[in-house]
Amino acid sequence: MSLKLLSANHGAALAATLAARANRAGRGFCSGVYPITPSTECMEYLCLQEIEKGRVVKVESEHSAMAVCIGAASAGARTFTTTSSNGLAYMAENCIAAALLRLPVVMAVANRTLGPPWNIWADHGDSLLLRDQGLIQFYCADNQELFDTVLCAFRLAEDQAVMMPVMVCMEGFILSHTTAQIDVPEQAQVDEFLPLTAIPHRLGDTPHALGQVELPHQVEVHRHQHLAAMNGAVDVYAGIRDEFERVFDRRLPDAVVAYRAEDAETLIVSMGTIGATAERVVDRLREQGQKVGSLRVRLFRPLPMEAIRAWFAGKQRIAVVDRDVSLGFGGVLWGEVNALADPGTVVQSYLAGLGGGDVRPEHIENMLSDLLPRTSAGLPAMMEAA
Amino acid sequence: MNEPVLGGMAQTALDRHEPLLRVGNTNCGGCGFSSLMQMMRHAVADQPVHLVIPACCAAVSAGVFPQSTYGAPTLLTTFASAAAAASGIASVARMNGEDTRVVCLAGDGGTYDIGFATLSAAADRNEDVLYICYDNEIYGNTGGQRSSATPAGALTTNLSRGKPEQKKDILAIMAAHRIPYAASISLAHAEDAVRKLRRALDLQGFRFLHVLSPCPTGWKSEPALGMELVRLAVRSGLFPVLEVFDGKRYVVNIEPDFSDEALDMYLSLQLRFQKSGITAAGLRPDIDRHWQNLRALSGRIVPARRSA
Repeated sequence: MSLKLLSANHGAALAATLAARANRAGRGFCSGVYPITPSTECMEYLCLQEIEKGRVVKVESEHSAMAVCIGAASAGARTFTTTSSNGLAYMAENCIAAALLRLPVVMAVANRTLGPPWNIWADHGDSLLLRDQGLIQFYCADNQELFDTVLCAFRLAEDQAVMMPVMVCMEGFILSHTTAQIDVPEQAQVDEFLPLTAIPHRLGDTPHALGQVELPHQVEVHRHQHLAAMNGAVDVYAGIRDEFERVFDRRLPDAVVAYRAEDAETLIVSMGTIGATAERVVDRLREQGQKVGSLRVRLFRPLPMEAIRAWFAGKQRIAVVDRDVSLGFGGVLWGEVNALADPGTVVQSYLAGLGGGDVRPEHIENMLSDLLPRTSAGLPAMMEAA
Repeated sequence: MNEPVLGGMAQTALDRHEPLLRVGNTNCGGCGFSSLMQMMRHAVADQPVHLVIPACCAAVSAGVFPQSTYGAPTLLTTFASAAAAASGIASVARMNGEDTRVVCLAGDGGTYDIGFATLSAAADRNEDVLYICYDNEIYGNTGGQRSSATPAGALTTNLSRGKPEQKKDILAIMAAHRIPYAASISLAHAEDAVRKLRRALDLQGFRFLHVLSPCPTGWKSEPALGMELVRLAVRSGLFPVLEVFDGKRYVVNIEPDFSDEALDMYLSLQLRFQKSGITAAGLRPDIDRHWQNLRALSGRIVPARRSA
């Protein structure tokens, strides 16, 4: 273990590099990359690493970056790529293909507003595009968590019972460009944590096709298998947390991170760095005697419904803070968790920090001031935060 | 069964034991791609190959899960991804000391248009990939729409008159990438075709082959006449058969006789040209100009057919 000062972008790339080297006795590592703000520094860092039995292919588009990963994974290698915003939208077709081909590609996504009109700052709307397409999604709140989650993502993606892509998301600039201390393990520890990549359906020597025509009943079977594997990933992740702790001597955060939530009457639910801000707000309001808690959804796909339902039980009011908006609906996270609350609970959607606006403690306090007098939920409320 | 098109070459001891295209595939009768795969089987012999196929007729030919029509490991990719996915497969194969030949089999749509940026970039990186475009000029996957591969004068399902523009010179574009090897292949000249397939399989780096692939369904022509149509396209000068080494050394492999009769015959045997009113005389000036360039590039002194 050694402590290093790294941006989240560099941290993600370093985690991928350690994972890549850990597969040197296996089929190796191959990555396709293409730059886009704010994930560029991740691909730059990765390109400059020495990786025994590894290659980073510098392609001409995000679409091809994922295509290289698909080819490499279908040949049995460990794969990784990174992108953001419009790059992810451009890559989407092949992200879906990687998911449906059940290839364990790991992606670091620096969340950024989609455009034009151009905006380079944080918004969860890009990765949420792929909500329903069979990719696991994590949202992280600090650099160490991101680093650890990328390492864990390889183990999860390549687990024989999971076998699908994993996206590890960080808000652009807020995390991607913030330098903080990261506890970096030794290569030998990563070697111990990550088994060699073994993709059972990879192309070997025998005639065998990946991705040919499927009829409706075959699609149904494959969707059923994918859904079951996706739902099972919640438990697989729980097991990986134990294994992670055994090897690295620190604990990965839970799929949902609860903070002073047990006896809370009001909950603030969020994803990513807003969750860290919400925890400060909880501390401040607790000092004033308010029974407030925070719940940060770290694992968004598969959604840990049982855990969220358990934390929601008995709460009076829940503020769901989204750094995204499903136009014509409201907050995406709000839509996801709304039905998990008790029938009498007020679950109100707040939209904040769209297009990268700061979400500061006072903004969250304003939401709670708005929430407390409510006896029923209203329309999604757009909170000015910039 | 010997393939007549190969002059009896198929099914010799040199052939790959497992056919690359197995029986029971869904290709139309007279499909040029089927003939190409017979020649490939002959050229590949006992070398290991991986196939990468984007959305195109060949992807449909792969058959329905879990069967596969192809007698080799095959990855079916999204439309614009073949050359990039092949880069991934080839990279991993090389780092594991495997000398499998990674071969893209892509139609005209995935090559000329939607997949072009991917193709150009893989050529630029000089990936160790053989990219074969079986060009039936018709967007067969979607049933025959206008594209940059549609030849001048051809009708498509979305054109009310024959296409006024010439088709993109894909071979020149690929040669301009200065890749080790770029060549065009006539399925009607089997020995030349197999020789070039072998050369392309043996070379390292990015290789590009352009195959004029007769398509009775899209060309609205007699299935049995496919090879004859290709022969007419070559004879008339419409489809030059050549190879380009490192983007600079041009070698013309088959000398056309620039016959207007052959060109007229080529056009009249396909309904896609008949209704548009295109004539041999209408196409001839562009063919002549193209050949003048080829003469200059290949250093051949045999003059092109003199313009009237």
